[in-house]
Amino acid sequence: MAKIVLDKLIERFAGGEILETGSQHGNEWARVVPSAWRQVAEFLRDEPALHMNMFVDLTCVDRQPAEPRFDVVLHLYSIEKKYRVRLMAGVPEKQASIATLVPVWPGANWFEREAFDMYGVRFEGHPDLRRILMYQEFQGHPLRKDYPKEKRQPLLRRLPGSV
Amino acid sequence: MPVTFYSSKLADAVNWARKYSLFQYPFVTACCGMEFMALWAPKYDVARFGAEFPRFSPRQSDLLIVVGTITERQAPVLRRIYDQMCEPKWVIAFGVCASTGGFYQNYSVMPGADQVIPVDVYVPGCPPRPEQALDALVLLQERIQRGEGHSQVVLKQEKGFDVPLAAIRAKTGTGA
Repeated sequence: MAKIVLDKLIERFAGGEILETGSQHGNEWARVVPSAWRQVAEFLRDEPALHMNMFVDLTCVDRQPAEPRFDVVLHLYSIEKKYRVRLMAGVPEKQASIATLVPVWPGANWFEREAFDMYGVRFEGHPDLRRILMYQEFQGHPLRKDYPKEKRQPLLRRLPGSV
Repeated sequence: MPVTFYSSKLADAVNWARKYSLFQYPFVTACCGMEFMALWAPKYDVARFGAEFPRFSPRQSDLLIVVGTITERQAPVLRRIYDQMCEPKWVIAFGVCASTGGFYQNYSVMPGADQVIPVDVYVPGCPPRPEQALDALVLLQERIQRGEGHSQVVLKQEKGFDVPLAAIRAKTGTGA
């Protein structure tokens, strides 16, 4: 469907920044070295032949016990060319951080906050990296595979028998 | 002795008036709200039971209906709304999520509104039929008439009565 996106990526980043590419159900994807995350994003946005101007989604996957443990997943779309692409970057547990994309697409702001809240991946350079869904008192990151399923962190409880 | 007699009879009359003039505050957070709206619509018509008037300020209402999932993060909000209501006040938990957390068993959902506020009547169902909600309302009315609502019981414990006795005192000239 949008093989040209992958071709352009491979052509521009010949130095090993693109680890792997593929196509699944007609959707192209590419696995990127985390250090090149920001450059690849800027290239996809600015390259006239691609013009991926729509930030669709950014999320994270916990692949424990695989290493690198986390995958940061980015979905992009070009409104003009109707190209769609998915980028992934592996982030290790020891140093769970990757460059922010907020300067590239402002819409990435809350998505990165959500990924940070749920998985604890830090987005370096993010203007306001706070929890977005859970409360500030919350300890840990609930969508990590090692977060106990039954664990509760109540903000408030009434005493039994009280009003 | 006359004061006791008057107050018990007065409590009957006052509770009778209370149960047919419930001003409800709908705390609607989720999909149960759709069935809850049907409750107000002509087909089920909760107005027949004297509880048709939603007040969108907790200070003007005496029946809190918790409709839908309550998350841990909402708990302080719900508690604050309950605290703002005038006494005596009653609570109906509408749907399994408000009653027990329902099928949510995770880090974010509170296992029932009764973790933070006292609930008088639980309505199971996902979502409950409007008939069930009407049944709950009738059960609550019976409870109000008997003076067994949570806040009625607490008022009685704290002050010795759950209806204002100022009027009787003025007439009989007695204390207590």
